[in-house]
Amino acid sequence: MLKLTDVSVNYGSFTAIKHVNIEVTEGEIVVLLGANGAGKSTTFRAISGINKLDNGEIYFQNRAIGGRAPDKNVQAGIVQCAEGRKLFPQMTVQENLRMGAYVHRRKKTEIKHSLENVYELFPILKEKHHHDAGSLSGGQQQMLAIGRALMSKPKLLMLDEPSVGLAPLIVEQMFQVIEEINREGITLLLAEQNANAALSIADKGYVFENGEIVVQGTANELLANDDVRKAYIGA
Amino acid sequence: MKIMNKRTGLIALFVLAILFPLIFQNDYYTHMLTLSFIWAIAVYGINLLAGYTGYLSLAHAGFFAIGAYSLGLLTVKAEMNFWPALVLACLITSVVGLLIGVIALRTKEHFFAIYTLCVGYIIYLVIDKWDGLTGGVRGLIGINAPSNIGPITFETAESQYYLVLTFLVVVIFVIYRIVHSLTGRTFLAIRNSEELAQTIGISTMKNKLTAFVLSTFFAGLAGALYASFVRFIGPDIGSTAIMFDLLMYLLVGGIGTLSGPLVGTLMLVILSQNLQFLQEYRMLIFGPILTLIIIFYPRGISGSFFDWKRKRRNQTGNVLKPIKVEEG
Repeated sequence: MLKLTDVSVNYGSFTAIKHVNIEVTEGEIVVLLGANGAGKSTTFRAISGINKLDNGEIYFQNRAIGGRAPDKNVQAGIVQCAEGRKLFPQMTVQENLRMGAYVHRRKKTEIKHSLENVYELFPILKEKHHHDAGSLSGGQQQMLAIGRALMSKPKLLMLDEPSVGLAPLIVEQMFQVIEEINREGITLLLAEQNANAALSIADKGYVFENGEIVVQGTANELLANDDVRKAYIGA
Repeated sequence: MKIMNKRTGLIALFVLAILFPLIFQNDYYTHMLTLSFIWAIAVYGINLLAGYTGYLSLAHAGFFAIGAYSLGLLTVKAEMNFWPALVLACLITSVVGLLIGVIALRTKEHFFAIYTLCVGYIIYLVIDKWDGLTGGVRGLIGINAPSNIGPITFETAESQYYLVLTFLVVVIFVIYRIVHSLTGRTFLAIRNSEELAQTIGISTMKNKLTAFVLSTFFAGLAGALYASFVRFIGPDIGSTAIMFDLLMYLLVGGIGTLSGPLVGTLMLVILSQNLQFLQEYRMLIFGPILTLIIIFYPRGISGSFFDWKRKRRNQTGNVLKPIKVEEG
């Protein structure tokens, strides 16, 4: 479904990711592991089209998409839920969700349907649909950010650190929701530092270090890998 | 109940505006108010771009001048009727706006401000130096008042006041509709974070350009009305001094609010008229006032008023009602 071949991205003279190869099959949950600044977010930004590629190519459903405008990618079904729960704080919860359906803005009934789906997945958002997005708690904001991404009806959803800064109980819920989204047929690409939780739901993973992929394998292989355990799970 | 109050308030204000020339019967006041309404239309244009989309353009006095000169030249030199000339003047300004916007919007933040400042100055220079077309420093004289629609003429101060008032009300209504539409929310999304807007599938360039062209359209409309109202235009109307006047009206009134442009323009125009006797030293009073407002009311008079009301509403425990920061 998604394939990165030999992708490099530079910020000026600094190389953020170099020669990255990733393959995601339809229906999978794939996790990118690594410390801050290892290149996970840059990889996401390259896939969604915000960063231009300096080398390599990205294929989505067998079509080259490297360097294509972000809005075209959202239309094609790739959507990114940015790190740090970025919302439109001055809009209400419902307005935020509706903004997420921007690429489908002419299909009114479809938007209504997606809205119901998101509210079913996150009942708390329905309860607070008239509130300012800025007034939500951290976990609710993260739900709203994911909900908004779902409103565009993605084929591939990229979640950048969905568990960062959340209470342990909420983190657990978050991963349950991610699994549920996946069961509905959406392919997921996940960037995480919480390796244990992420690998427990993932099919496979890639470990980033200094902009390069150093280890890759199925979730079980990575969980069994001593280096990965030492570096990211701490056991 | 809340809406009712707001609606009655608006209607009262509107009735007051209609009755004003009848009550005062003073051409000077009517003239001054007409002029501030014209400036307010231009400020509404700037607000759409700077307030709602987050791009501070300093070229809008230039677009105002393009609108004014287009109307002046079309009616004086091409001897066109006022109404088609008015439409054409707005279109010419928008087309120039489109061409400039395509380039200017490749820059962001202060670079955008600096770039548009240069564009504004270039427009001023072109008008000032192109003697053959614009009359250069001598300006353009003998622009006719708006031609009559059927039996309605626009020769008197009152009739011109009502004409400009009509345009202002229509402009405010149109801006209100834009701001509360998906397009308006798209502008807000861009102001909030351009990158975030991109990740949810908004083509930011297309929408920024829409905002830019719309805002130049309003600036051009204001310029065209100005030309036919004052009947004389010189290159000075495109100068940076005018630009900063307009910006000051917007900042004092409240950037990114619906009533801000009108409140700010009216207040400052009236204040500046009353301080006329101080001549250039007016700025000695304006400067500190502006500084104080920026420090204590960064969202301007309207913005801070609605913030304050919102806070009060929250304190009375009425938090379940929909709350919108962008109101006003």
